[in-house]
Amino acid sequence: MQEYFIIIISAVLINNIVLSQFLGICPFLGVSKKLSASLGMGGAVSFVLVLAGALTWAVQVYLLNPFKIGYLQTIAFILIIAALVQFVEMVMKKYSPPLYKALGIYLPLITTNCAVLGVAIINIQKEYTFGKVMVHSLSHAAGFTLALVLMSGIRERMEDADIPESMQGTPIALVIAALMSIAFLGFSGLI
Amino acid sequence: MSLINEFTKGIIKENPLFRLVLGTCPSLAITTSVENGLGMGVAFTAVLIASNIAISTMRSIIPDNVRIPVYVVIIASFVTMIDQLMHAFTPALYTALGIFIPLIVVNCIILGRAEAFANKNPVIPSIFDALGMGVGFTLALVLVSACREVLGAGTFYGIPVLPESAPAILMILPPGGFITLGCLLGLMNKLQKKTA
Repeated sequence: MQEYFIIIISAVLINNIVLSQFLGICPFLGVSKKLSASLGMGGAVSFVLVLAGALTWAVQVYLLNPFKIGYLQTIAFILIIAALVQFVEMVMKKYSPPLYKALGIYLPLITTNCAVLGVAIINIQKEYTFGKVMVHSLSHAAGFTLALVLMSGIRERMEDADIPESMQGTPIALVIAALMSIAFLGFSGLI
Repeated sequence: MSLINEFTKGIIKENPLFRLVLGTCPSLAITTSVENGLGMGVAFTAVLIASNIAISTMRSIIPDNVRIPVYVVIIASFVTMIDQLMHAFTPALYTALGIFIPLIVVNCIILGRAEAFANKNPVIPSIFDALGMGVGFTLALVLVSACREVLGAGTFYGIPVLPESAPAILMILPPGGFITLGCLLGLMNKLQKKTA
């Protein structure tokens, strides 16, 4: 039990996927202008991330390892993720149109989101069991959503701020991210 | 003449990192030292050139509606090759870059060049386009990592450059990456406005 708890704390706060591992920066900068959009993106990424974590783990353990073709990992994983995103999109469109409407536009972007592939590879590198893979993926998904939501909250308020012209947009967003990252550094003493 | 144009546009006018803000993940994560930045840039350039050549050669036989998956598989194959090569010949760099070597697959610049350039142009211009983009990205990585390494560790490519003093360790920690890239982007915007 304690092991799981450590995984959760470390994935959500200490090794936050965006602010300390630098994965998924593109959506973090691109879709964090509005709170509703960042919630949508967070939801879509979490969904795919957890599913992809489970699937890639199964493929690694039952397919790549027994046949000793571990070097195909990158190709296999990216194909799984691309297919999964497409599949999720189709299923959602058919069975849950409201959810599709909310998340739909973010789904295609997720294929090239390095957070999904990154977490899948970390899961394998750390040689987690299936239970830990699920907990680890879920906590990273939560960490991603947390960072995105915090960021959009700050950026909504920044709208009124008087920022020098050349710093507007992405540059100031990166400086905000730096300050948030400093705040998250404070968690490193937790464990 | 136009070949030179394809080459130089990637370095300044359409610099992938500073102008198009693509490929931010690796440029924040591995730029803690100039050596890593350079290594990443070279690996990235190699993959980009190879994938541009392959995609440009096959552009007439790839069906249009499945082109993205095809590109991804082509890119992933080259990334796997680079991954294995680096594992064998530069083990230290391989460990330092870690997870970011397989993650070259999802670097938006490579897929972006495949979609925007290689599938519309013949092989030779595609090579020059890839070279220009690769060199531009490598220069950007080296610039970011130089700022971070000099300020954060007091060294440049491992050689001490700052006088004996306590370096700002923050710069080689994650926040330093964000703040360096943010300030450099702002600076680039300002410089561009002046020249324009």
